[in-house]
Amino acid sequence: MAMRKIILVVFAASALGGVSLAMAEEHETHIARQPWSFAGPFGAFDRAQLQRGYRVYKEVCSTCHSMKLAAFRNLAQSGGPGFTEAQARSIAAEFKITDGPNDKGEMFERSGRLSDYFPSPDANENAARARFNGALPPDLSVIAKARGIEAGLPRGLFDIVTQYQEGGPDYIFALLTGYDPAPTGENLTETQYWNNVYPGHKIAMSPPLLDGRVDYTDGTPATVEQYARDVSAFLMWVAEPHLEARKRIGFQAIIFLLVFAALAYFTKKKVWADLH
Amino acid sequence: MAGHSDFEPKNPVLKWIERRLPIFNFMHGSFVSYPVPRNLNYWWTFGAILSVMLVAQIITGIVLVMHYTPTSAEAFNSVEHIMRDVNFGWLLRYLHANGGSMFFLAVYIHIFRGLYYGSYKEPREILWILGVIIFVLMMATAFMGYVLPWGQMSFWAATVITNLFSAIPLVGKSVTLFLWGGYSVDQPTLQRFFALHYLLPFMIVGVVILHVWALHHVGQGNPMGIEVKSDRDTIPFTPYATVKDNFALVCFMILFAWFVFYIPNYMGHPDNYIPANPLQTPPHIVPEWYFLPFYAILRAIPNKLMGVLALFGSIGVLAFLPWLDTSKVRSARFRPLYKQFFWVLLVVCIGLGYLGSKPAEGAYVIVARILTAYYFFHFLVILPALGYFETPRLLPTSISEPMLPRKGSASVGIGARSPDRRG
Repeated sequence: MAMRKIILVVFAASALGGVSLAMAEEHETHIARQPWSFAGPFGAFDRAQLQRGYRVYKEVCSTCHSMKLAAFRNLAQSGGPGFTEAQARSIAAEFKITDGPNDKGEMFERSGRLSDYFPSPDANENAARARFNGALPPDLSVIAKARGIEAGLPRGLFDIVTQYQEGGPDYIFALLTGYDPAPTGENLTETQYWNNVYPGHKIAMSPPLLDGRVDYTDGTPATVEQYARDVSAFLMWVAEPHLEARKRIGFQAIIFLLVFAALAYFTKKKVWADLH
Repeated sequence: MAGHSDFEPKNPVLKWIERRLPIFNFMHGSFVSYPVPRNLNYWWTFGAILSVMLVAQIITGIVLVMHYTPTSAEAFNSVEHIMRDVNFGWLLRYLHANGGSMFFLAVYIHIFRGLYYGSYKEPREILWILGVIIFVLMMATAFMGYVLPWGQMSFWAATVITNLFSAIPLVGKSVTLFLWGGYSVDQPTLQRFFALHYLLPFMIVGVVILHVWALHHVGQGNPMGIEVKSDRDTIPFTPYATVKDNFALVCFMILFAWFVFYIPNYMGHPDNYIPANPLQTPPHIVPEWYFLPFYAILRAIPNKLMGVLALFGSIGVLAFLPWLDTSKVRSARFRPLYKQFFWVLLVVCIGLGYLGSKPAEGAYVIVARILTAYYFFHFLVILPALGYFETPRLLPTSISEPMLPRKGSASVGIGARSPDRRG
């Protein structure tokens, strides 16, 4: 029996440890894990936080970054920021969408509808690069899943049990709050900034957040840290809009399976009882 | 495939069919009355788990295909469309992606169970070799499936792995171009990988049928590694093995559900949420966890061709296992030395997996070389030699002997000695 336990442990270690290790090292900057409302088995988004995060996205991020996979209708979807359909409609109407061609074969501009996707700030990749000295601001649709932080061993294994999946928002939060003057001896060009967590530290994005840059109407402190927290949560929702449903259904599924396992176990015991 | 069965349907319609195609008797003989050793432990439930996983992967896969677009321009977005807009698309996709990992977890347990209990020995050589073929097909399928979302890791994994073939002397370059369908990994590569990813699982089903046929012909091995000698040694597959497999399967599903619903991206790499970009190489190109040991072997060898040969050799050597292992005793339970080497091999494989996740530099490479050498040493030297040097422990006379009370004789204390009873 002891041997079997060893096998199990070793297998778990090999199978799962490798993954978390896979991405490790390089930038040994420590990124702190933040408390998120959507972490854990009963995690859910904080509606007010997502709405604030949307404001930060709209007023700051969206001037440079696209978010092509998100549609205005998503804003009113359940498990999201909790905008009403009317609110989402009026948010959409704030955007100018290029549509067409019309009957005359010409493209035209109209205000956004729920079915539209968030328009990009630049016409295409080359236009964006031209605007940012060759750097391309990444699309933000799934950025919260396209970034992560290294857990290493043995923490990476504990993450299976603690269900840690918030490496993306943790990284984004750390990046947005990680600007510092360059250490002496490090030379930055005019279009580079020093960031403590960005790989290689030299980032082309100027510090996007400043205290008071976005107006919060609900009394939440208008600080860089708060903006970063809110927009990271918002981007997590954009990347994983069905997170709440997933966790809710997951809980039901696991309860079902536990009960099923118990029944299966006692059935097995009963059936085998006559053998011994 | 059938065991002995006297089954006759009672229903007139079934009778009518049975006279023309004896399928009910066949199924009854294969999955109901089929005799299995009574001492199988829970390591023997992974065959059933794998069958279910294979079917589950095919079903989720077919539904995903209904929404997926295999073009380099649209693949990434169509996967996101599945995640966002398709009803329960997120569930399908996470089931399928994590299902691959779970499939490999189960198959590795299944393989190491075979290694520990000598499941590959006479008369189960063909059964074992079919298993190795399934494993190779699984690896090809999983690799091509990983390419389909067309993220950064998809693209660069495809580039690295297809480039391996360019190491083949003389025809290597042509083979690689043939695989790519062009001069680099691009649209034609994605499209053919998609076609093959859809095809190979059905080939796996075919080989699995042969695998099960061979299994039912020679009968299951068992933890003692001795052949079934009488009816007392076996129990009918249904209900005994069925209810036991069922319990193990549900437990496995709990683990599966944990990953799918709570940590669906744990097994994946964040870079695969970045759309494929042929102009930008990721800092580390890492395969999925289940390929890491083989990736470590590949990179341990400085010469590309030799590395590729070692990679394929490390899998191919398994097919020769029935002849490399010269011991007549199957189960490690009665082989004191082999048992220790088994655990060493397991640790070495895990070590290789760890090294596969590390950059190929410095001490990592040196350790990877040592472990790679040991891996082959185990199969090519230790196993053949062990059969001559090792003194196996005394085998029981029959499977049932330590398990069942003999008529009229005392059987005190036997149960305590045999942990398999509880299996």
